[in-house]
Amino acid sequence: MFSKPIYVVDGARTPFLKSKNRPGPFSAADLATQAGRALLVRQPFAPDQLDEVILGCAAPSVDEVNIGRVAALRMGCGQKVPGWTVMRNCASGMQAIDSGISNILAGRSDLVLAGGVDALSRAPLLYGDKMVLWFSELASTKTTSQRIAAFARLPVKNLLAPVIGIMKGLTDPMVGLLMGQTAENVAHRFGITREQMDEFSVRSHQKVAKAQDEGRLAPGGGEVEALFDAKGNVYPLDDGVRRDASMQGLAKLKPFFDRKYGNVTPGNSSQITDGGAWLLLASESAVSMYGLEPIGRIVDSEWAGLDPAHMGLGPVHAATPILKRHQLGLNDLDHWEINEAFAAQVLGCLAAWNDEKYCREELGLPGALGSLDTEKLNSDGGAIALGHPVGASGARIVLHLLKTLKRNNAKRGIACICIGGGLGGAMLVETV
Amino acid sequence: MERAPTKSLLKHWLWEIDRHGLAWLTFDKQGESTNTFSREAMQELATALEEIRAAAPKGLVIRSAKDSFIGGADIQEFANFKGADDALSFVKLGWDTFQKLRDLPFPTTAMVNGFCMGGGMEMALACTYIVALDDPKTRFAQPEVMVGVIPAWHAMEWLPERVGPTAAMDLLLTGKTIDAKRAKRMGLADQAVPLRIFESTARMLTLEAPARRALPLVQRVLLRMKGVVASQARKQVAKKVKREHYPVPYAILDIWQHHGGNALDVPADKPYSIPRLVEHPAGRNLVRIFFLQERLKALGKGADFKARHVHVVGAGVMGGDIAAVCAMRGLSVTLQDTAPERIAPAIKRSARLFERRLRDKLRVRDAMDRLIPDVTGAGAAHADVIIEAIFENLEAKRALFAKLEATAKPEAVLATNTSSLKLSDIATGLKDPSRLVGIHFFNPVPQLQLVEVVSSERTSPETAKRAAAFVRQIDKLPLPTKDAAGFLVNRVLGPYMQTAFRLLDEGVKPETLDRAMEDFGMPMGPAELADTVGLDICLHAGKSLAKGNVSEADIPQVLANKVALGHLGKKTGQGIYRYEDGKAVKGQPDAYGPDLVQALIEPYLAEAKAAVAEGVVADADLADAGLIFGTGFAPFRGGPLHYLSTQAK
Repeated sequence: MFSKPIYVVDGARTPFLKSKNRPGPFSAADLATQAGRALLVRQPFAPDQLDEVILGCAAPSVDEVNIGRVAALRMGCGQKVPGWTVMRNCASGMQAIDSGISNILAGRSDLVLAGGVDALSRAPLLYGDKMVLWFSELASTKTTSQRIAAFARLPVKNLLAPVIGIMKGLTDPMVGLLMGQTAENVAHRFGITREQMDEFSVRSHQKVAKAQDEGRLAPGGGEVEALFDAKGNVYPLDDGVRRDASMQGLAKLKPFFDRKYGNVTPGNSSQITDGGAWLLLASESAVSMYGLEPIGRIVDSEWAGLDPAHMGLGPVHAATPILKRHQLGLNDLDHWEINEAFAAQVLGCLAAWNDEKYCREELGLPGALGSLDTEKLNSDGGAIALGHPVGASGARIVLHLLKTLKRNNAKRGIACICIGGGLGGAMLVETV
Repeated sequence: MERAPTKSLLKHWLWEIDRHGLAWLTFDKQGESTNTFSREAMQELATALEEIRAAAPKGLVIRSAKDSFIGGADIQEFANFKGADDALSFVKLGWDTFQKLRDLPFPTTAMVNGFCMGGGMEMALACTYIVALDDPKTRFAQPEVMVGVIPAWHAMEWLPERVGPTAAMDLLLTGKTIDAKRAKRMGLADQAVPLRIFESTARMLTLEAPARRALPLVQRVLLRMKGVVASQARKQVAKKVKREHYPVPYAILDIWQHHGGNALDVPADKPYSIPRLVEHPAGRNLVRIFFLQERLKALGKGADFKARHVHVVGAGVMGGDIAAVCAMRGLSVTLQDTAPERIAPAIKRSARLFERRLRDKLRVRDAMDRLIPDVTGAGAAHADVIIEAIFENLEAKRALFAKLEATAKPEAVLATNTSSLKLSDIATGLKDPSRLVGIHFFNPVPQLQLVEVVSSERTSPETAKRAAAFVRQIDKLPLPTKDAAGFLVNRVLGPYMQTAFRLLDEGVKPETLDRAMEDFGMPMGPAELADTVGLDICLHAGKSLAKGNVSEADIPQVLANKVALGHLGKKTGQGIYRYEDGKAVKGQPDAYGPDLVQALIEPYLAEAKAAVAEGVVADADLADAGLIFGTGFAPFRGGPLHYLSTQAK
């Protein structure tokens, strides 16, 4: 529970653009800049009035490592507004919000732009050790004959098989599992079937399509801002959604992580996507100083650690302490956002809360917490249909949760996210 | 033995010798913000060079104490020439002084920051080395040709030797400016370096005195084939200007080819001798235009106003290009239209413009970031200037301004880019009509310098001054005009175009009309101009200029027919002419006599005169300035009203 009110004034995000197996049209800083300047231009204060800009990014490109600073300058915040970058894998965007909260609570900041971004389609290809050694050898050659000799020893196999940066990022370094394999673990533990996963995924696509059609996830809906490129193209909508998603269609896909014999397929996993999202955080005094009209407050936040091999259950571990602190049951909240890294993992979270043994042994509860009303969960779909631009997702779900509560005249909700490496993050929000 | 002095302070120049034995000569023109060569400043330079030579330093660096190196010769000197003798003696003074610099027995370096123009560039050419400050503000040019003067202080001799005849003739004949990086690439500058090592580069280069990079072989060969190069260049020049209108570019080629670039060596009876060039009216008229341009620039100094954010409503070709130019000049811009798809083409055009003009990748990115698509119009609340560029509909504009007035900052300038509606009619949509001003751009906005700043009877003078200051801020030329139909430029073009269409109806070939006016000195004839503007727009403008008193019979047949067929001009590929790759396909013109020229130009001149008489602009000079920069009226004729008055004599 926070000692001071933390207001969320407004927020905006880019459409999430699905990777087409080649570098996408926008760099991560382009995405952050376009969403951020659209958000800032509708505020009553000038961008240089911000106290700081914090951006979460799991995989900034090598030429914009402190991408928070790059975005702040490019959005026109001026040289005097500090900008910085945070990294907590899949929750980098949520971490940026939490870091902004900390600084407001400490009295160091009053007005903070916080968010997350990633352009996963632009993840680099890397050379392995063998290639690096060969380049080093080449660089130390002095004569043409030495150079010819070096080329004769070129490890062609390694040259043509670069390390795919994103696959490294999606592999747990402690337990050596792909993220999809940790989802298989969760499914195994709670007996979640392929059909349940696919069913959940079809629903995610249907909900996003409906939200687009009804304007909630379209430009003008208060959340998504169209992207523009230099060639005159407009990107108004999240483009990973499959309006034709069906059980039959998904059944055709092959398990990707535990090949052949597993259950987690690309169809019931989140997509590899580019996108960015921002929230504008304000203290009480900033709200009154600029006459801001907040959409809500962030009331509490929590980070938790768990077995990296079951990282998908992170939301359960992060949200449960908040429920305890506020003496809330699962269905006392009006809406829930659980980031859809994998259908197996979201379903696993619901199963864990409903599992007496898990609640007692892992969460320190006297018994099962019960079953979460799925009507309250991810009401406009999630990352399976939208995609999961890793750094952006944590910020997106907090923003979307607040907008959903506000739209429905509802009061309270929790947004939570699983984090590669065995972590979970959660935030309790309220409308005002 | 008497010791030579080691420092000296003159009125405009200062020199001293440092502990390395290097002489530093600084140009700091007294009482002025920029360095220019007056007679006095040039005489002092000669004195300083003699003193420095006597002091026998290891080398000499010449630099400026101002933001810019040297703006060139003082144009006022040209305006004050009483005759050919004056001009000749001024040329000789500069010629001899720079030769003195060239002949110094030790290495010399020019340290160039900011503008390095005309005589300034010639002085730099006299030095062994040129070190340029690598900054967008550093610009080299020999712009003499643009004011009808030959660059007679050795540029015609030394520039071809330094950069090769191809690049040299390009610079000398067009007057174009180049930046530090380009100067380095073409071998004009030896180094282009950032401020932090500017001075040490100049010092070390002068002391080390390395051999200069040799010209490429091809250029060395061309230097020996002056006849071939000059005749090729003459053909290029002839495509653009006629010798009888603009003698200077031809003179540059003749002097280089036959006299090694030394204008003083040309016998007085040659058409390209200094006395003959000074007598030619084009020179005086071009100098006159230079001063008219300075006057327009000064009109932007009436208010201490600097916009940070501009909001443009309407992302069509005009609105989009206005937004792009503002973003390119460093302003934050929000560009409003009803849907993202309507804004996207403007973003595309902007990207192309920035790539062409800014070139540097980071500067292009920054300009793109400053240009913000704004479907909801939220940017209006932040704007210092709001420009409306929507379709020409009075009710729509009134409603829009009522909305804008409610959200805009109280001190923001509210402007319309209307060309056919009356400002005072639009202003009725406002609670405070004194806030509305016209800021009227011409298409294509990135190319055309003139912007009419229109005041109705209600417009407050302060608003008009701010609007003019804003126009200067984006590096355009403001022309204050009254709120009369067509303002100045379109009003004067109206009867001229009407006549051209009538002649077309009478069966005169468009090629003949265009040839006649191009021969007169217009950059483009009326038929091609109509196609470029768009025939639909011509029709609309013609109707609105006639204030509704137009019957079907008054509309030229050609115009009505073409518009009805959808042949709207260049933009549809078919208008009066057919267009291939954006170029008009023209047939052979017929022969014509002076009466055709008279018939076409007469209405233009009469309308310009009437506009001045009605006070549309403050005086005849401003009308000339507006019509030269707005319609391209033959610059060498000094403007339509100036032309009329000389005809009368």
